[in-house]
Amino acid sequence: MNVNGVEHPAPIDPRRLLADHLRHDLGLTGTHVGCEHGVCGCCTVLLDGEPVRSCLMLGVQAEGHEITTIEGLARDGEPLHPVQQAFHECHGLQCGFCTPGFVMSVVGLLARHPQPTAQQIEEGIAGNLCRCTGYASIRRAVSRAVELRAK
Amino acid sequence: MPRRRDARDLKPPPFQYHTPATVHEACSLLGSLEDAKVLAGGQSLIPLLNFRLARPKHLVDINGIAALDRIYERDGGVAVQALVRQAAVEDSEVVARICPLLSSAITLVAHRVIRNRGTVCGSLAHADPASELPAVLLALGGRVVARSARGERTIAADQFFVGVFETALAPDELLVEAWFPASRQPSLILEESRRHGDFALAGVVRADDRLALFGVAPTPVLADPRDPARGLEPSGDLEATPDFRLHLVRVLADKAFAA
Ligand SMILES: Cc1cc2nc3c(=O)[nH]c(=O)nc-3n(C[C@H](O)[C@H](O)[C@H](O)COP(=O)(O)OP(=O)(O)OC[C@H]3O[C@@H](n4cnc5c(N)ncnc54)[C@H](O)[C@@H]3O)c2cc1C
Ligand code: FES
Ligand code: FES
Repeated sequence: MNVNGVEHPAPIDPRRLLADHLRHDLGLTGTHVGCEHGVCGCCTVLLDGEPVRSCLMLGVQAEGHEITTIEGLARDGEPLHPVQQAFHECHGLQCGFCTPGFVMSVVGLLARHPQPTAQQIEEGIAGNLCRCTGYASIRRAVSRAVELRAK
Repeated sequence: MPRRRDARDLKPPPFQYHTPATVHEACSLLGSLEDAKVLAGGQSLIPLLNFRLARPKHLVDINGIAALDRIYERDGGVAVQALVRQAAVEDSEVVARICPLLSSAITLVAHRVIRNRGTVCGSLAHADPASELPAVLLALGGRVVARSARGERTIAADQFFVGVFETALAPDELLVEAWFPASRQPSLILEESRRHGDFALAGVVRADDRLALFGVAPTPVLADPRDPARGLEPSGDLEATPDFRLHLVRVLADKAFAA
């Protein structure tokens, strides 16, 4: 499987979840794991460009596919991805636990709706839980990301 | 780098993993293996595995089967094959044209990120009583096609849902296709849930003059639009009492038929 542009072997054990494979076998701990049943969204990664829950896929299922994790959005030393920059500017994070999942979901949302309506923004982040920042500033961050992408 | 103690972090219980390349191969696996489960989108089955609420001996992953992801017009309605993701149905022009009821119902199923993996047929096979799509299939009078090494059969929606998480599918059968009749106006789906994308507390589907309810019985049920709550005994939980669910059914059905 290709993760952030680098080829990696799939896990040997089919019971290994994609989220655990990314974190523990590849050391990509930016992908967080919370609920492990699809509800919190913090494990969201891109599978061939579409956001999916990495806790609800077996690692072996990613064989032959392209995975993008939060680490793949902007390399060290590079400017932040517009969605990351927007979260930074709008205080879209506090403890940051939920942030990688929000960012990957929003990247997917904006790929589908480059100019989302307020309702599309609400629905686009409804599948992610944040326990501390509050959703108002996250919503603002999405609107800011729309502006930054347009630049 | 990874910490040692995480190296053996495995949530699902032990299973043998099979990746058939054809429907034929999948059916012969399902026919010969004992205690096998089909893995489609995994959006219901993998949570059950992670919690170890399901412990199948074998997983038959159908995601590698080619040419099982078509949406096409059939018999005046629309057929959706087993590997069609819910997101593909949401975006499908064919579905929007022939069965707009299905297009709008899909947007109530979980979130887009879940719909990117979850399949329509998986939702029907899983038969969660609070699920939207089984009620849509029932309201429209649709059907599914089940295949096994023994042959193929068609099962009408009103014969398919038999209990909580229980369908008429035999353990060796693969659901290969669901067929939704064209939806005629007025058709709509209404539900009440805590947040957008959550499972519904109760919901109604109106297809022309037919009414189906979900979230209020072990399976989706057809009901009389003039007295929709008659005979229902919904369960209660932290989210809603039985009485509240009955109230929702009456209010939502009224709204649906006032439209
Ligand atoms: C956070 C979250 C919220 C959700 N909210 C909703 C919601 O609001 N409404 C809703 O309806 N659903 C909801 N779901 C469930 C989601 O829609 C699932 O995608 C769907 O129920 C199952 O489809 P799947 O393709 O993922 O099936 P899987 O999880 O792969 O399988 C589910 C079951 O169906 C069987 N199965 C699957 N495909 C076949 C087949 N072709 N032939 C025979 N058996 C088969 C499997 O063996 C398994 O028992 C939610 C899920 C999550 C994680
Ligand atoms: S850990 Fe995957 S959704 Fe919560
Ligand atoms: S920033 Fe703390 S959970 Fe969202």
